[in-house]
Amino acid sequence: MRNPQLNAAGRLQHLLTLEELPADIVNRILDTAVPFVSVAERDVKKVPLLRGKTVFNLFFENSTRTRTTFEIAAKRLSADVINLNIGVSSTTKGETLLDTVDNLVAMNADMFIVRHGQSGAPHLIAQHLSATGRAHIHVVNAGDGRHGHPTQGLLDLFTIRHYKHDFRRLTVAIVGDVLHSRVARSLIHGLTTLGTPEVRVIAPQTLLPTAVESLGVHVYHDMRAGLSGCDVVVMLRLQNERMKGSLLPSAGEFFKHYGLTAEKLQLAKPDAIVMHPGPMNRGVEIDSAVADGKHSVILPQVTFGIAVRMAVMSMLAGN
Amino acid sequence: MTSAILPDAEATLAVLADKMRGAIAHDARLIGIYSGGAWLAERLAGMLDGEHPVGYIDVSFYRDDYAQKGLRAKLETTTLPFEVAGSRIVLVDDVLYTGRSVRAAINELFDYGRPEAIELAVLIDRGGRELPIEATYVGARLAVARDLSIVLQRHLDGGLELSVEQAGGAAGA
Repeated sequence: MRNPQLNAAGRLQHLLTLEELPADIVNRILDTAVPFVSVAERDVKKVPLLRGKTVFNLFFENSTRTRTTFEIAAKRLSADVINLNIGVSSTTKGETLLDTVDNLVAMNADMFIVRHGQSGAPHLIAQHLSATGRAHIHVVNAGDGRHGHPTQGLLDLFTIRHYKHDFRRLTVAIVGDVLHSRVARSLIHGLTTLGTPEVRVIAPQTLLPTAVESLGVHVYHDMRAGLSGCDVVVMLRLQNERMKGSLLPSAGEFFKHYGLTAEKLQLAKPDAIVMHPGPMNRGVEIDSAVADGKHSVILPQVTFGIAVRMAVMSMLAGN
Repeated sequence: MTSAILPDAEATLAVLADKMRGAIAHDARLIGIYSGGAWLAERLAGMLDGEHPVGYIDVSFYRDDYAQKGLRAKLETTTLPFEVAGSRIVLVDDVLYTGRSVRAAINELFDYGRPEAIELAVLIDRGGRELPIEATYVGARLAVARDLSIVLQRHLDGGLELSVEQAGGAAGA
């Protein structure tokens, strides 16, 4: 069966997941994002590629930051952007996901940016559009359940490549709440696709998915051992709002074992970079001295994130 | 099909430089359109009198065939290491054909600022315009069959050479 993200010509039709996305397409997205970085540095921070197109930010789950970065990216491509926070409107009135989509298609949508608490919701929308002869409408997954967050994974890859150039020589550690993190899952797939030889996850057993090793990562429960010799340290947000029951004794206890401090960071390579998808819990997963320190590339990640989203949207809309 | 007799790229470049010498503003910025125009702008900067800062432009974000063809695979980053606003600019391209690339380049330039003036220098003018655009300085004029593309190549030693290829789809020089 054809990869549902690719059209008949093998070009990117939707961006739903980094799983099984071929390396040449991942690389092409990263390459395409490079010139978009400089668009943000100009007098007129806009290019006309998506002029006349309508992009719907379809957010069934709240996320001001992700929605804003997609909104900025679409606006810098000259698209018209409509933001819909659906979590609190239509669905509470009983409208189904696909009815909502059909209504927006009737308003001549060209692209949906979908954030949903249920894994697979963006796939469902893409399938529905294909099955009803509207495959020219593109879908971008902006985070679905615990499944994936491909544009975050891509911006992480872009940031790593920007500072470290060659994935095939890197040791990358992903630290913290891997269990609830779609960011981690997308990044692991992307790193593997691009040939990263050593991907580590560092977390307590309770915050790791079962059979996480099957993703091709090395598991560490001891942070000091896991950080040793790393080129890249990716800290994850402790997702308090997703925690059910007591997976953790306390935030303070978590910081003691899995929080990134300057002292622990010394175990990584001297030129290691520290990343975080945001929003940060300072003093829970990362110490302020590290978050604001010279190894941190957390704010460049935000800047690159807009360029990567512009690249994805402009590749989709042109295919 | 008439097989085109191509002029020598280096000799044509010398002709182009002669025409520009004394005619362009003493402080004109040379902006090459990727990729052929970028090589030419670099060469011209060394051949012309005075200081002529060089910039590079990739017009992919402004092309009018994006809706049909999508974004090209290999993009370069537009790099203009000077103020565009108030500058006298000479756009440089290898082949002037439909005029669509030049239209795109002019549009992009205005997103950097309002130039004082824009001129156009091309190595080859092959006719076939689809827009009201003309070059200020031309190295050579050439009639070429529609199904052929003229391609500028750069050798490892920096030397330039023109060749003819079968056009892949609608040409857009």
